[in-house]
Amino acid sequence: MKSIKNHLSLVIALLSILFSMQIFIIVDRSIEAYKENLASNYSVVIVSQKNLSDTTLLEVNTMISEVEELSPDNVIKRLNTGMDSKNIEFLKLTLPKFYKLNLEHYPTPEEIIDLKKDLLKNKFITKVEDFAHTHDTTYKLLLLFKGVVTVFALSIFIVTTLLIFKELRIWQFKHSERMSIMGLFGAPVWLRSAVLFRLSMVDAIVSSALAFLLFTYIASSQWILEQFDYIGISVVLFDPVSDFIMLLGVAITLSILLASLIVLGHKEEV
Amino acid sequence: MDKVIIANNLSLSYSSNETIINQADFSVSSGSFVFITGASGSGKSTLLKSIYGALKPEQGSLIVGGVELKGVSTSKLNFLRRHIGIVFQDYKLVKEWTIEKNIMLPLIINGYDKNVTQNQVDTLLKHVRLKHQAGKYPLELSGGEQQRVAMARALSHNPILILADEPTGNLDDYSSQLIWNLLEGANSQLKTTVIVVTHHIPETLNVDYKHFHIEYGRINEVN
Repeated sequence: MKSIKNHLSLVIALLSILFSMQIFIIVDRSIEAYKENLASNYSVVIVSQKNLSDTTLLEVNTMISEVEELSPDNVIKRLNTGMDSKNIEFLKLTLPKFYKLNLEHYPTPEEIIDLKKDLLKNKFITKVEDFAHTHDTTYKLLLLFKGVVTVFALSIFIVTTLLIFKELRIWQFKHSERMSIMGLFGAPVWLRSAVLFRLSMVDAIVSSALAFLLFTYIASSQWILEQFDYIGISVVLFDPVSDFIMLLGVAITLSILLASLIVLGHKEEV
Repeated sequence: MDKVIIANNLSLSYSSNETIINQADFSVSSGSFVFITGASGSGKSTLLKSIYGALKPEQGSLIVGGVELKGVSTSKLNFLRRHIGIVFQDYKLVKEWTIEKNIMLPLIINGYDKNVTQNQVDTLLKHVRLKHQAGKYPLELSGGEQQRVAMARALSHNPILILADEPTGNLDDYSSQLIWNLLEGANSQLKTTVIVVTHHIPETLNVDYKHFHIEYGRINEVN
């Protein structure tokens, strides 16, 4: 029971670090997926006095992925109040050309400004509608969300780091006696600290395994998947291979660091 | 006879303004039995600590088993300690290990084979009359029993030198006698050098011994 209690304190500290890290990764993935979603729905509309080829427009800025000429038929339909076909054809010729530009990714406000400048360098382009206001609001909302999650993850990291340092002092006290006794019989440092490293490795593996179970459950939870469906995005919440290897790596690194600090801080009994 | 310990002009202190042992010269021959006596605080345990390298000489030189302890490297000190068996007054047993594992410690450190280790531990447990307690933890034993475990640990790897710091202080007669018998046996049968720090030299001892008395920081040989 006592042994479980001893393990539990480090396992919980490690687990909370792994948990906050994976949550941060999920949020980051969700934001990226949402940005992709927004990018596919977001486009810039330009008005040109002359016909512009797709190549001309694609060369303006590398961010432009697709050019689509907007048909003037809808505008004409609204204006069509008994005009004859000749006049309609004439109107079609005199109307400026409208193009919808799709972008490679969801742009930052700075990228929109640059794109606008690049487009207006062409003397035939008279107007660029970038829907900046709507874009800015959505983008700032995304940044705010990411910022809040970063602060949350950072606070958990700080709290758990403090917890780990507290644990370090307990371990230092607990293991120093045994390490000193082993030292009195000539045990080399690696042998004296072997138990400590073995314990911390066990704790790292246990906390990673618990994180694996927790996130496998979360990733298969119908309720959580439905929430993502509502937003209209699909993300990998937990990759059982790559994410688990990363979590295990972080847990082992932290535990080895903890054990190394104890070994380095150990003083011989006189 | 070869000398296991040679001290020349040896001074020991914990801080620069208080010398515990002052310019001592002495030597201990291989296979001898040595008692160190003196009043409380005279420096008996300090001298013992310096022999196993826990306290470095302040001045002079101290050679143990051919290793000069002044400025000794950690690896050399570890090597030396692997050939010394120490019995502490406060036992210094690892509380979270069974007594069997505690006795195994020097054997594990010295890289003994698993079977040899187990046989040696079984033999020693019989010698210290604790075979039936093998799986117990130190805190489940009495003081006398714990000291017997510490004694078995000190003997387990057949060391060239055994250092015992008041090994029978506060022990019952049965445990005390058992410990003296073991120390005597190690010295007479295995030719192990034994150095014992004590307040009282037992009268029933059947070995020739050398006696050092520490007074005012000086080590005097008593005849």
